[in-house]
Amino acid sequence: MEALKEELKNKIITTLNLEDINIEDIADNDPLFGDGLGLDSIDALELIVILDKDYGIKLVDPKEGKSIFQSIETMAAYISANRTK
Amino acid sequence: MTKKTYINGVGCISTQKTFDTVFLEEAVYNQNETVLSIVSPVYKDYISPAMIRRMAKGVKNGIVASALAMKDANVENVDAIITGTGLGCIEDSEKFLKNILDNNEEFLTPTSFIQSTHNTVGAQIALSLQCKGYNFTYVNGAVSFESALLDAKMQIEEDEANSILVGGVDENGDYTLSLFKLAGRIKKENDLPSEVLNANSSGVIYGEGASFFVLENERKENTYAEILDVEIVNTLEENEIENTIITFLKHNNLQISDLDAVVFGFDGNSDSDSYYRNLSENAFAKTPQLYYKHLSGEYDTASAFALWMASKIIKTQEIPEIIKVNSIEKPAYNTILLYNQVNGKNHSFTLLSK
Amino acid sequence: MAKGVAITGMGIISSIGNSVEENYISLIENKIGISRIENIPTVHADVIKVGEIKKTNEELISELQLSENNNFSRTAMIGALAAKQAVENAGITSINEFRTGLISATSVGGMDMTEKHYFDYFEKPELVKYITCHDGGDVAEKIASELGLKGMVTTISTACSSAANSIMLGARLIKSGKLDRVIVGGTDALAKFTINGFKTLMILSDDYNKPFDNNRKGLNLGEAAAFLVLESDEIVAKQNKKVLARVSGYGNANDAFHQTASSENGDGAYLAMKKAFEVSGLKPSEIDYINVHGTATPNNDLSEGRALLRIYEDEKVPDFSSTKPFTGHTLAAAAAIEAVYSVLAIQNSVVYPNLNFEVPMEEFELKPQKTLKMKNIEHVLSNSFGFGGNCSTLIFSKS
Repeated sequence: MEALKEELKNKIITTLNLEDINIEDIADNDPLFGDGLGLDSIDALELIVILDKDYGIKLVDPKEGKSIFQSIETMAAYISANRTK
Repeated sequence: MTKKTYINGVGCISTQKTFDTVFLEEAVYNQNETVLSIVSPVYKDYISPAMIRRMAKGVKNGIVASALAMKDANVENVDAIITGTGLGCIEDSEKFLKNILDNNEEFLTPTSFIQSTHNTVGAQIALSLQCKGYNFTYVNGAVSFESALLDAKMQIEEDEANSILVGGVDENGDYTLSLFKLAGRIKKENDLPSEVLNANSSGVIYGEGASFFVLENERKENTYAEILDVEIVNTLEENEIENTIITFLKHNNLQISDLDAVVFGFDGNSDSDSYYRNLSENAFAKTPQLYYKHLSGEYDTASAFALWMASKIIKTQEIPEIIKVNSIEKPAYNTILLYNQVNGKNHSFTLLSK
Repeated sequence: MAKGVAITGMGIISSIGNSVEENYISLIENKIGISRIENIPTVHADVIKVGEIKKTNEELISELQLSENNNFSRTAMIGALAAKQAVENAGITSINEFRTGLISATSVGGMDMTEKHYFDYFEKPELVKYITCHDGGDVAEKIASELGLKGMVTTISTACSSAANSIMLGARLIKSGKLDRVIVGGTDALAKFTINGFKTLMILSDDYNKPFDNNRKGLNLGEAAAFLVLESDEIVAKQNKKVLARVSGYGNANDAFHQTASSENGDGAYLAMKKAFEVSGLKPSEIDYINVHGTATPNNDLSEGRALLRIYEDEKVPDFSSTKPFTGHTLAAAAAIEAVYSVLAIQNSVVYPNLNFEVPMEEFELKPQKTLKMKNIEHVLSNSFGFGGNCSTLIFSKS
């Protein structure tokens, strides 16, 4: 699970082009949206594509993403349980 | 009384050092490349990391140039934002299209699609200024910028706005440049060193840039110039240009001899430079003639660079050697005509005065 | 009330018809143009529905009588056809006789060609001619050359509000006396680029779009082109032209909220409508029919609905409907085809039905007109909102 969390942090930094942020800056339970990392609805769509492309999980309704993408912790848990890749 | 239009602030990001300078003192005529690239400002100084991460070059340059213009004009807000761009955000366009084709329409992400819409620059500026006023974007080749300028002048005349941010932005995209080279739009390597004035081959030296202006209906201490008139004509034969210019000037109670300088859009393309050559050798033989695309490169909104240049000339009353076509001089530089066209189409005439 | 600028001609090609008459008949006979995509190969063919013009590129080339070595994009071809129709409808025989301009609008430009040949250019020299047809300006260039028009030509590109802005600029150019006549409108052909772009935003519906319905799932894309001819009163009198209707009000404002989503309270929409009323001198209650932007995305309809309620305050919102269930969302052409439909509504005294509507939105008490309604129409309000927060409103009035 730890490796997956680090992998996710890396992916978020590169895909979303967060130039000034390092893996150490993202705590597992930090909120990703709103106050924490400050991601927005367009970033959510990018994360949905990562879920599909890298882990084989297809989300049909973007609203599902709200709970899944709350933090690195929740993302990792969801992916572990549902990944097909 | 119809309100007049004054250029009260300018900002220019180009392939020369045109910010943090007085004028063109650091400009260099690069004859050894077929494509010129931007001299970048430090984007982080103007745009937050959260916004920068999504922006392509053109958007970043547009935001910085507009910020510089607003600072120069000493305004914090404007009533309207009008931009012109020939190719729009071509980098993001290329990215999205390449992804579609490479991945057979799978695993696509929205960011580059969203950023590729032509009105992105205008929209991002509105967002950062929280400006809810009139916001238009023109995309029509070499008159994209002049369309924006004409619209802005009309807004002021109609008393719809007191202050307007107007700009021209274009960025280079690698793949698109390679296609332009294939299509013969850009000079070949064998044609170097390039000659923009005495064009001896077809094609142009390509460039990119963002030039923004704050236009207001009030003359202020820091006013650069007044925009007297702007005209756009799609198609003109070479032998019609002189008369068109004479009529244009007549509408403004002027003749060619009243002009203190004329700015031509010579771009080194031997196929169409004749439009300027004839005027240069005859009707304007006694007028100080200037050119700029050897510095800015040719791109659809390069004429915005020309307006920046002309505004600076009227303010400083000095013409840098590097932009002179001939050595005619005048005691003062108060009335300037700018004429541009590309491939015989999209002719524009802009008249400035002190 | 301000008199407004005269409309003397119209032309249109869309998924519900290849002429003004054909489009009108479809609108009153509930003939929709939405179906599975046929002209463009895409992996999404089974999960989207689109409003496709029922002509292949070969048929368009033939109709325009273009030479074999032409480099027209589909966008340029449908634009040229619509513009020619409009000019003919306006009875113009000598296009450069007066100070005449063309204000076009497009969002994809020649992308339909670019994406077809993108990687082939280097191997196939016969395709190189399409490189220059990519940009938005080339479309206007092609239309102008087909019309033989030499004067002022430019293009507006502000996403889905583009054509409304063209019409707006055209009206202002006539009012200010800068032009005597101007051909205004927009054109956009379908392209993989836009289909995939909207898919990534997850706002495409796999079913028929249901504007203002509580269960709406998103939009259907469409393709179309429409142009109108605006003329000064002087020329109308001089040439004894028939005036179809007038552009009496217009307004553009920016939502300044988000790149693609509209603000919750529809600020941009509200300001655009407010401005249009100011220009026309009309009161909101004087509007007989509102052709809403109504794309059927969860976001737009909520935002637009709220803005309408803000404009109308305690008054009843007039009969309104979205015609996008007929044509799909035709992007930069949308406001132009909807302008044609607005003029037809005035001429024929009809309010079009908002098809597919079943359940009202839970957020407010707004119900679109479900069936075709015959009533006198003096004034129509038409909304078009685009990405980048670009909001535009036009008001058309009986002449």
